[in-house]
Amino acid sequence: MTDIKFVRDAMVEEQEPPAATAGFVGWIRGNLFSSTLNAILTILSGGFILFVISALLPWIISPTWNAGSLRECHEILAGHEGACWGVIRERWLQLLFGFYPSELYWRVVLDFVLLIVAVAPVLFTGLPRKMLAFSAIYPFLMPWLLWGGTVWLPIAVAFGFVLGFLAHRFAKPIIGGLGGAILAFLVPVVWWLFLAGPVSGGLASVLPLALETVESRNFGGFMLSITIGVVAIAISLPIGIVLALGRQSDLLIVRSLSVGFIEFIRGVPLITLLFVASTLLNIFMPPGTDFDIIMRVIIMVTLFASAYMAEVIRGGLAALPKGQYEAADALGLNFWMSQRLIIMPQALKISIPGIVSTFIGVFKDTTLVSIIGLLDPIGLSTTIRADQNWNGIVWELYGFIGLLFFIFCFSMSRYSMFLERKLQTGHR
Amino acid sequence: MTSLTDPPKESFRLGMLIYDTRYRSLTIQVVALIGFMIFAAWLINNTLVNLAVQGKSIGFGFLSDPAGYDINQRLLDYNSQSTHWRAAFVGLLNTLLVAFLGCITATVIGVLVGILRLSNNWLVARLMTIYVEMFRNVPVLLWIVFTMAILIETLPAPRAFRGENPEASMVLFDSVAFTNRGVYLPEALFSRGLGDMPIFPDRDSPACQPTEDGSVEDGCGVFQISLDLILILAVFGAGLYGSSVIRKRADRIQNQTGDRPTTWYLRLGVVSIPTLIVLAALGFHLGYPALKGFNFQGGTYLRNSLIALWLALSLYTAAFIAEIVRAGILAISKGQTEAASALGLRSNRIMSLVILPQALRVIIPPLISNYLNLTKNSSLAIAVGYMDITGTLGGITMNQTGRELECVLLLMLVYLAISLTISAVMNWYNESVKLVER
Repeated sequence: MTDIKFVRDAMVEEQEPPAATAGFVGWIRGNLFSSTLNAILTILSGGFILFVISALLPWIISPTWNAGSLRECHEILAGHEGACWGVIRERWLQLLFGFYPSELYWRVVLDFVLLIVAVAPVLFTGLPRKMLAFSAIYPFLMPWLLWGGTVWLPIAVAFGFVLGFLAHRFAKPIIGGLGGAILAFLVPVVWWLFLAGPVSGGLASVLPLALETVESRNFGGFMLSITIGVVAIAISLPIGIVLALGRQSDLLIVRSLSVGFIEFIRGVPLITLLFVASTLLNIFMPPGTDFDIIMRVIIMVTLFASAYMAEVIRGGLAALPKGQYEAADALGLNFWMSQRLIIMPQALKISIPGIVSTFIGVFKDTTLVSIIGLLDPIGLSTTIRADQNWNGIVWELYGFIGLLFFIFCFSMSRYSMFLERKLQTGHR
Repeated sequence: MTSLTDPPKESFRLGMLIYDTRYRSLTIQVVALIGFMIFAAWLINNTLVNLAVQGKSIGFGFLSDPAGYDINQRLLDYNSQSTHWRAAFVGLLNTLLVAFLGCITATVIGVLVGILRLSNNWLVARLMTIYVEMFRNVPVLLWIVFTMAILIETLPAPRAFRGENPEASMVLFDSVAFTNRGVYLPEALFSRGLGDMPIFPDRDSPACQPTEDGSVEDGCGVFQISLDLILILAVFGAGLYGSSVIRKRADRIQNQTGDRPTTWYLRLGVVSIPTLIVLAALGFHLGYPALKGFNFQGGTYLRNSLIALWLALSLYTAAFIAEIVRAGILAISKGQTEAASALGLRSNRIMSLVILPQALRVIIPPLISNYLNLTKNSSLAIAVGYMDITGTLGGITMNQTGRELECVLLLMLVYLAISLTISAVMNWYNESVKLVER
């Protein structure tokens, strides 16, 4: 027996991993050629990408930016394949603003910049809460900037809400909660129906502060899509909350009315609702009313969005642990107080990703208005092709429109994913 | 000594309707109902007044008048003398056709893309991500008109197929022609066919008088069903049933003995041989499209509008389905995969036996709503001129007759019925695959 023992007294030198599993080669082997099937897939998709790029790049890089018509493009290209970008240079403002007067473009731009300012404190919780005051003013500012007219009308409409609040505040101690609530509902309605018009008219004649009026029929392009989408989503949010609460309610009649409305709207395509807007809505109104077509479309798209919004918010309500409802009850809060203080803040927070994707859906669906003859980007592309300079142009227009939609929707969906991640780390 | 007082006698006061929770819910419901009824009455009253002013009345009699327009892509006999009813029905079938085709292709593409997005191949996963994002973030209407433009602008005109040295040629042994007017496919013909069976025939009408060879004319009955097709489908279905019986027997034997008998040739034979015999007996052959004059004649003709709509809807919906499939697979915990591979299953069997059956439960409910979306989006057919029910009933019929109220109402009811049917069927299926919990 020998007593020789071997004990290593120094660490083995750390070595580089084998070249085949590390670095660039390793990455390629692991991610692109890990098996025969993967290698075939890689080669196929690489070939596909090369094919698409080699077909598209020469087409995109085409010196036709200054061409004034499709014929000029053909002359510049002299038989080569290539895009005719002149149409975008000439018409991109039209694709963005429709037939809005060009000297008033600043109003639209300002409107959408202010929209971002108004929405930012809602979307990003890190911003100062005082900005929410501007978010409350914005709904009255926006239509005034877009449509123009006297400044007193939006102020009069906003004053109705102030009146309702005051009625609630001062009537409640005197005639009790229910009377206060009824008064808070009746006073503004009376104000809007009978007094707001004459008062704003009177004020306008005393102090004529007004912007130049722009007719709805001049609205078009992306501005139209964004206007319809934003207004519809903003109004559908409160309606959706009410419908979602109605659907969750124990009251049979309230619940069946809510379910009926939601399922009906979700069961029919948006285009049939737009047919209602274009042909029927004026028939449903008292004789003599004549909404303009954009108003009617906004009404129907709002109803459409409300049903989807209700389902999103119902999902948020269902996702709340039951303990939250019970805790609110245990604190002795009544229904509306527990909704306002406990349930809704949490449920809405959970629903924001869903609300954003509903908005993306509604924004994409606004293109359907081209079918009933409004000049959204797709409708405008037909108009532009009707111009004999650009007769026969297809890809450039669709590409431009598609790209703008993509940028808009993609950034929103990224935001929604960011939010989902952020909310997931929270307590559940 | 204690004195027991009676509880105070409750008398009903008006305020209790609001402040007593026992009555309040009733009050709210009655108020809601009355409010709703007043609102509905207001709408109906407005409508009646407005229609009276315009001199219109409500009625569906106009649907029995001749439509007076043509429908180019159709599954049933139709001509411009047919009624509006029939036009609407032909349109409905077109809607169902494109929805059915679209759902199938969207599911196939969507599942494939969803699985490939999870592939460990970096390039393929990225490519699929680009596909999904590209289609999800651009309106479906744009995709539909874009696909239509591709078909019209890039495919050759029928005249390019003509001449000694044609610029374009048919594919698949001269049987399929892709033209900018549509695709011409071979059609199934039967030299010893059984003919058509008229449904709801009117025995007295001249079209229904049997001709010399015993068949009836095309115009007989509301529509006609090909007996050949029914026979083939019946035999094929019976074959499938026989095959499933064989499979169950094999399962039973495997459970008893542990050995699974080889049955694939039996099952293949049970499905294919009777069908082939019936096809031969009916004299099945293909009718090829051929260029005659300015256009192709013969064969089955799929118009560009149908193909563009089908393709665009499938690709668009597939992008959503891919995300659903991906989310469903990711929702299954990794322990399931590991347990399955610990049992010695290979990776494709892990997918088909362990992951997918569980993922299906997560996948199916959102899949249903995507089928519904596809069906509803098929109403955009009107943008490319495919005559679905929106194009017939909500398009030409509405514009010709001026009956907006009736047409839109019918249109909505039809879509509502389709939606409710699809969701009922799929919910039933969902119930059947649901996890049975103890």
